[in-house]
Order: sequence, then structure tokens, then C-alpha cells
Amino acid sequence: MSALLSISQLSVAYGGIQAVRDLSLEVAPGEMVCLIGANGAGKTTTLKAISGLIAPQAGSVHFDGQALTRLPAHEVARRGLTLVPEGRGVFPRMSVVENLMMGAYTRRDRATIARDLDQVYALLPRLTERRAQLAGLLSGGEQQMLALGRAMMARPRLLLLDEPSMGLAPLMVQAVFDIIRQIAAGDVAVLLVEQNAHLALKTCARGYVLENGVVTLSGMSADLSANPAVRQAYLGE
Amino acid sequence: MDIFLQQLINGLVLGSVYALVALGYTMVYGILELINFAHGEITMMGAMVSLAVIGALALAAPGLPGVLVLGAGLAVAIPVCMALGLLIERVAYRPLRHAPRLAPLITAIGVSIILQNIAMLIWGKQYIPFPAILPQGRHEILGASISDTQIAILVLAVLIMMTLILVVQKTRLGRAMRATAQSRQVASLMGVDVNRVIASTFVIGSALAAVAGVMVSAYYGLAHYYMGFLLGLKAFSAAVLGGIGNLGGAMLGGLLLGLIESFGAGYIGDLTGGFLGSHYQDVFAFFVLIAVLVFRPSGLLGARVVERA
Repeated sequence: MSALLSISQLSVAYGGIQAVRDLSLEVAPGEMVCLIGANGAGKTTTLKAISGLIAPQAGSVHFDGQALTRLPAHEVARRGLTLVPEGRGVFPRMSVVENLMMGAYTRRDRATIARDLDQVYALLPRLTERRAQLAGLLSGGEQQMLALGRAMMARPRLLLLDEPSMGLAPLMVQAVFDIIRQIAAGDVAVLLVEQNAHLALKTCARGYVLENGVVTLSGMSADLSANPAVRQAYLGE
Repeated sequence: MDIFLQQLINGLVLGSVYALVALGYTMVYGILELINFAHGEITMMGAMVSLAVIGALALAAPGLPGVLVLGAGLAVAIPVCMALGLLIERVAYRPLRHAPRLAPLITAIGVSIILQNIAMLIWGKQYIPFPAILPQGRHEILGASISDTQIAILVLAVLIMMTLILVVQKTRLGRAMRATAQSRQVASLMGVDVNRVIASTFVIGSALAAVAGVMVSAYYGLAHYYMGFLLGLKAFSAAVLGGIGNLGGAMLGGLLLGLIESFGAGYIGDLTGGFLGSHYQDVFAFFVLIAVLVFRPSGLLGARVVERA
């Protein structure tokens, strides 16, 4: 099986600190994979390096057989790989619908964009009522939904999600993860970064454990959840 | 009454020119949080280049209608200024994108000095008169008078500002500009080529500056290699008055500053019993700048406080 995303021996240094070392990781088309680890383990750095926001020191990133390494972020985004950044990153002084349209920035097909917009509204009814509201006035959960909807407007084949549960009330976390699962059911691959390991392993089929910038464990989520080291360090047992 | 109305007309005309220049400052600040202090010099270059073209045409083809000659001047000055804006961004600011913010401020001042000196070397130190090519008609309204040039400046400025608002609010480039202003990083994740958007911002601002430069020289009837300094400072004050980073603020600030100057110059003699005259006109812009910075640093329409200007 050929991987959609294939990272090999990725190393990233951040202001003199080795944030990620020799990281290798694969995501198959349509697969849901999580990357778990403590605060500062290098999860966000990994996503930033994949999406072109920071240049890696060494290693390679291939997407659908093409090298992404050292492409600027806007070029990476055009290839069908969309990052929903930590803290959601909605444009606060733009309306909901303008944010969604920014997701479709690289697309020119007006008719299908309009259809996708309807689909996003159908998936996220809370946004429909607020389409003219400024995104900065939405609640945290609504902003996370907007960020997901905006990412869908790009029609990605791989979605990179950075801590989508961060700062959300438990009920809202459930709602957001329901949406993520629905998106993934539409044949979008997901690479999920989460501190909430329990939720991440429950949602994704496979996972990687990152510690101090190094992958220490990987495998099927069920196996990881059963692993005593993971249970102790990340599942709070 | 007629003096009041006259000052109102003069103030609006002057203010609409300030507004055009202030837009250039505020657009660049909105997107980069950088004060492009070379912007006044771009305005000056617009005036000088168009005057050079107008002068040459007036000599070569004296029979040509004035409006056509002026149009030719604008048609050359606008692309020259756009190219200049692009070049300045590329050479003086982009390499310093991640440097401490004092660094681009210093190169901005360096660029203005360079541009002033280039203009001085090409066109000399003397005032260059604006040839009398434009219709000199004046119209009486309720005891005040307004010239064809003033009407043209007002109409053109309003048209340009309306177009700019449409571009920023409704077009793909405009959306990309607003997105980039709010978060460069997230905009790039949406596929926006941030460097291109920033360059476009400089190009649009420079085109407005070119038009404003031609307007000022047509209005005062002269141009000078140093004219960009004061004009730039005043337009910057106008942008701060309206709330820097805010397009509507730049327009409002420009108009208000024009009115303050005009009324100030018109009445300062009466108010001080003849002690101070209308040549103190230039002082008002800086009173306004200081007052805004002290009492309302975010400006009239600015929501955010200018953190690190």
C-alpha cells in the first residue's frame, strides 16, 4: 500500500533547540492517525514542518509521491494538505462566510465552491445561523468548527489537526470530534495531534507516541492503549 | 459665511489628497505593522515624474489639450511609482521581515533620503512650476469659489477611494490582503502567497501616492524634490488620526486633517489678533498628531492600540 503522506528521518531545530529528531511516519489515504505526546514533545513542530511553516534541518516529506520538503506553506496548501493550526487560527475580523471562502482561496471553480459551502453549512448548522457574524465573536468551540469547515473548503486529501480539543468544554470536544469523524468518513486522511491521548487513540486507528522529539512507540491504537507505558504516561493510570 | 465655505472647500480638496497618501501608510501598516516612511517620497516621485512628462509634452506638442497632457503624465507616473514601491519593498523591507522592528524603520528613512537625493540630482533643487495646461475656470457657489482643478481632485479622489474599498472588500486579492493582515501564517496555510500580497499592497499604495503627488503639484502649481517630506508626515498624521491600519480611518483622518489645516490657517490670524498668520498652516497637522498620540493613540476608528509603531 502506498502512503499518502510519508515522512522520513525528519529533524527540526527551533531556535537552537532540537525539537524533532529522525522522525518517520506514514499516513495512508483515508486513514486516521494520531500523534500523541506531552507538552513540548515536538508535535506542533512536526505539523509545522510538514505544512511548510518551518524548514526542517534534515529528512524528507513526501505527499502523494511528491516531495514537499522546503516548499513554502502556500505551495504545500495547494497540493491538498491542510493544517488546522493550534488555537484554530480563524480570521477574527472576517465574517464566518469570508473565513470559509478563504479556505477555498486556491480554487477557481465557483460552482463547486458554492456546493461545498452548502455542504459545510449542512455539516455545521451552528455556523449557518452565524454566517454573517465576525469570526472573532464566536465561542471557542464554534471557532474550532469554523476552522474545520474552512479546511474542508480547500478539499484536502489530508487534514492536519493541531490540538482540536484545546480549551473546549467536554461537550464541545465531543461535538468537534464527531465532526472530525464525519470528515474522515468522507475519505479524507487525518493526522491528529492531541494531548488528550485517550480521545486521540479512541478516534484514530493508528498512533505514534512522541517523546522529546523522538518517536518512542507506534502501532495500532488498540495496542498502544493496552501498552503499560502508554497507560501510565498518557492515559493517567 | 463665504470665508467659512471657502475654507470648507479648500479643506476638503486638500484633505482628499492627504487621504490618498494616508491610505498608503495605513495599508502597509495594516499588513506589516511597518511605517513606510519612504511613502512621502514616492508621492514626490509621482509629482516629479509626471511634471517631467508634462513639461516635455507641452514643449513637443504645444497644441495638445491640457487634460490629455495631464493624463499622459499620470500614465507614466503611476507605473513608475508602482515599480518604485515594489522595489523598495523587495530591497529595503523584505530582507528585514524578521528583524527587530527598528531596523526596517531605519531603512525606510534611508530610502527616503536616497529618493530625495535622486530627485535632486535629476531635477535640481529649484521649485519646478506646473505648466498652465489645465482649464483655469472657477465657479462661484454661495460666495465661495471652486476651481476646475479642485473639482477634478475631489471627484477623482472619491472615485479612487470607492474603487479601493471595493477591491479590498469584494475581490480575491482584497480578501487575501485582509487575511494576511490578520495572520500572515494562517493566510499562508490557506494557500495565500503572502509575499505577493504584501508586494501588491505596496504597489497599490504607491499608485495612490502617484496620483496624490500629481494632484498636489497641480493644486499648488509646483513640485520640489523635498515636497514628499512634509506631505508624507502630514498624511502619516492623518492615518494616525483615523486609526492606523484602518482604511476608513485613513480617509476620515485625511479629510479631517485637511479641514483642520484649512480652517486653522483661515482663522488663526483672527484668533491671535494677527499675531500668527496663515503661514502657520503646517503646524496644525503636528498638533493633531501629538494630541492623538497623547489622548487616543488608537485613533478615531482604530480598535487596536498602536502597540509598536
